Amino acid sequence: MTSTDPNLVSVTLNGRTIAATKGELIITAAERHGEYIPRFCYHERMDPVGMCRMCLVEVDTGRGPQLTPSCMVTVAPDMKIDTASPMVKQVQEGVLELLLANHPLDCPVCDKGGECPLQDQAFSHGPGESRFVEEKRHYEKPIAISDLVYLDRERCILCDRCTRFADEVAGDALIEFSSRGGNTQITTFPDEPFASYFSGNTVQICPVGALTAKPYRFKARPWDLEQNESTCTTCSVGCRTIVQSSRDQVLRYQGVDSAPVNWGWLCDKGRFGFESVNSDERLTTPMVRTSGGLVPTSWSAALGAVADLVRESIAAGGADSIAVVGGARGSNEDAFAWAQLAHDVIGTPNVYAQMGDGLPAAVLGLDRATIDDVASATTIVLLGPDLKEELPVLYLRIRDAAVKRGRHIIEFTPKPGGLTKHAWKTIGYEPGTQLAAVEAALADPAVAMQLAKGPVAIVAGRANLAETSTATVLALQAILAAVPSAKVLPALRRGNVVGALQVGVRPRPGGLDTTGVLQAAAAGRIECLVLLGADPLADFPDADLARRAIAGARRVIAVDTFLSASSLQADVVLAASAVGEKGGTTTNLEGRVTSLGRRVTATGTSRPDWMIASGIAGLLGTEFGYRSIADVTASIAARVESYANVTATAVASAPDGVLAAVPADLGPLVPPVLSLPDRNSYDFRLVVSRRLYDDAVSTRTSPSLAHLAGCMTVHVNPLDIERAGAHDGAEVRLSSARAGIIVTVESDATVLRGTVWVPFNQPGSTIGELIDCTAAVTDVRIENI
Amino acid sequence: MARLNDSNVRLAHEIIGRYPRARSATIPLLHLAQEQDGYVTNEAIRHIGELVGATSAEVLGTCTFYEMFKMEPVGKYLINICGTMSCALMGADELMHRAEHKLGIKPGATTPDGMFTLEHAECQAACTEAPCLQVNYRYRYRITPNELDALIDDLRAGKLDGEIPPHGTVARVRQHIPADRLVGAVAPEDVTGPPVWLADNHEVQS
Repeated sequence: MTSTDPNLVSVTLNGRTIAATKGELIITAAERHGEYIPRFCYHERMDPVGMCRMCLVEVDTGRGPQLTPSCMVTVAPDMKIDTASPMVKQVQEGVLELLLANHPLDCPVCDKGGECPLQDQAFSHGPGESRFVEEKRHYEKPIAISDLVYLDRERCILCDRCTRFADEVAGDALIEFSSRGGNTQITTFPDEPFASYFSGNTVQICPVGALTAKPYRFKARPWDLEQNESTCTTCSVGCRTIVQSSRDQVLRYQGVDSAPVNWGWLCDKGRFGFESVNSDERLTTPMVRTSGGLVPTSWSAALGAVADLVRESIAAGGADSIAVVGGARGSNEDAFAWAQLAHDVIGTPNVYAQMGDGLPAAVLGLDRATIDDVASATTIVLLGPDLKEELPVLYLRIRDAAVKRGRHIIEFTPKPGGLTKHAWKTIGYEPGTQLAAVEAALADPAVAMQLAKGPVAIVAGRANLAETSTATVLALQAILAAVPSAKVLPALRRGNVVGALQVGVRPRPGGLDTTGVLQAAAAGRIECLVLLGADPLADFPDADLARRAIAGARRVIAVDTFLSASSLQADVVLAASAVGEKGGTTTNLEGRVTSLGRRVTATGTSRPDWMIASGIAGLLGTEFGYRSIADVTASIAARVESYANVTATAVASAPDGVLAAVPADLGPLVPPVLSLPDRNSYDFRLVVSRRLYDDAVSTRTSPSLAHLAGCMTVHVNPLDIERAGAHDGAEVRLSSARAGIIVTVESDATVLRGTVWVPFNQPGSTIGELIDCTAAVTDVRIENI
Repeated sequence: MARLNDSNVRLAHEIIGRYPRARSATIPLLHLAQEQDGYVTNEAIRHIGELVGATSAEVLGTCTFYEMFKMEPVGKYLINICGTMSCALMGADELMHRAEHKLGIKPGATTPDGMFTLEHAECQAACTEAPCLQVNYRYRYRITPNELDALIDDLRAGKLDGEIPPHGTVARVRQHIPADRLVGAVAPEDVTGPPVWLADNHEVQS
């Protein structure tokens, strides 16, 4: 075959001529052309190592056939590949006989049995019999290498997949081979467990049953599992998943390799957070407040009560006195139906999906970057939260871009984080001085030259909950002014926050955002506050305002899966279905719309939010006419301009989802006015940000994750500790102009001098007491007690 | 003592400076740790990880790959008796038997006074001189059981101190590479021109 395409290489595969891609490995070229070569160590998202020898094939490059590991050699012109010769068969049998020599063959009690590459390939390519009659190697049966992952060294075939993943993909090289030869084993360092945010992936990619996940051990056999493809809504990255259940209970999430999004990886919070869906604490019925507190009731009574509360509120203060906050945790359909109910039926402009920790919705109207745009940009500008903590799989993609693909990261941050060590330049700033930091960086000729080299993508979000978004927005605008072609990926955190904002859960003209709503409620101007899966008491940065707002709102209606701190205060609580119990679509931070898989029956009598909204609308005299979720999906496509292409058919036929258009109706990003306070006697500037594991309801009610949250300590630079007259481990009073709390000091060299860092919403956290959500920044002082 | 002491930390930084990438110094630093404590402690592994920018697990993986790095305390003298073919034919078993009796320990063990550790070794590449053994990796050729007894007595009496330093000693004379002799610690990806040593020797070809 003569090909004129310089990117194609003509090779012979089992006697027929194929056109492989230049630089392609034999193993992938053969697979693309219908010849699956068995393998254990090779994984398409990691560098090949040639550890297992299972993929040996005969390759003739003109010197006669040679046994060659097909995962280690790229195709070359006129190469002759034989994947099924008698020699190859014999080698495959030999490799399997050796791998099985020490393998315990405890398949009947092994979680992997039934979905095990070793089992499958022993059947398809193995010799059937072993000549090994000696005693097998024995190790202590599973040892916990982390809180979530168990290692059975007898089953391990030393393929290097987990250790490569830990080092190459996650950047947490906490597991390694130790010793040599027949004594080689996977090990952690004593007292340093495999505490990676991504440890669950090693269980999924383990080709044998050596690594098992604690939440799934002995729960089901693969052939008993039923599964649906779905999307993880733990954060807004929107990783594709398979939801697996048995006997109407969700038992496991597996990552699906979606090329533009997650590459098959999931973070542990996303992978194991499904446990909260099965929690005994789930709300099973609606509840109404009586003199004796919240009591279970019927749906008709609860919805009737809600309709009454809404009518009373309109009568008392007009539609404007009703406000809806939240809605970023459900599906697009949930958000759309509630936006319809609030805007069109009730007639209030006060609707908002963010909880005072994001950026103005107008950011979504900027030229939007996809994750691929970010990963392939020459320069990636980070102006937002620590992605490892808030959007973990986006962290993996950007880490890969920097480490393996030579992309340059310019990071602006108030506290170094997961990507700092991979950044080309890290510019630390004191909260409030983002603009100055960006301007100084742009004036640096090296930075200017780097930005001019090629496409620039900006990942923008809120790095600090103890300041308003003002300074960040100004900095973002400065970068965009310098690099007008730069695309922006909004690093907003909650699962469907982008979808909710885009389908309409945002204020109409004259309406209030969440901060405005809470301020109005605290001032007694809100007759009815609707919380859509929102828990301001735990989640809103300003604890004092949240408390006054919940107390000041005359009527509170909560739609929730759990009785949270806030929904416990409500007059009516409506039990909502959780992910896995409902279908629909969700939108990730790129605007990518994917399907949610409904796998199990909803808990108790809980209903999806869209059905609740539709029921309330009916009682208020407007029938939405939705008979199924598909009707809502169709309604979004018909009525939301940017979702015109997002039909149920389009989503169902696109495995990687459909990109919604960038909404044109969000208005310009108005440059805000920044006024920084004087320091006075408060000598440290406060930085508060999230950790992956915190005290959120979904984490607290997942038994495997609940204990992974840390505790609230104030992290201070070692040099500042001395200045403050404190010491590591000391209890001090940390005060802002607002309040003072007692907290333990932790020495942390990554904290910038002049700032202190406190994690948000850890168990027992009181840091919200110090934060005034209207103040541009929060200054604090440390006092010894 | 567990972590590297101050003078060894200074030496460690000097060693790290010889390489374009800090983690290339892992093995030399493990030798340094073994020299300091007679074996490689977990604390030293953690310290080396901090010094070269690797995780403790990575340093542990490297350390355990090499049998000459000991993770447990060993005696002042490590006696390795070769038991491979030539030595076996020439009386290695008798030699080992005598050593066991003389020292009162089995291979792999250490005498209670901490003086001797006895080990089986594979071929030491001195087959023409069989049977052979090593004391702290110093050869003794064509050795008889009686000579072994005498060797152990001499070691215990300190008569061989000048010849055989305690286990773990890397060198008795420290190597210090003057700055002008360093070839230049440039990472491979940062190399732009011809190799540095060619430039130093004025051998760059145009």
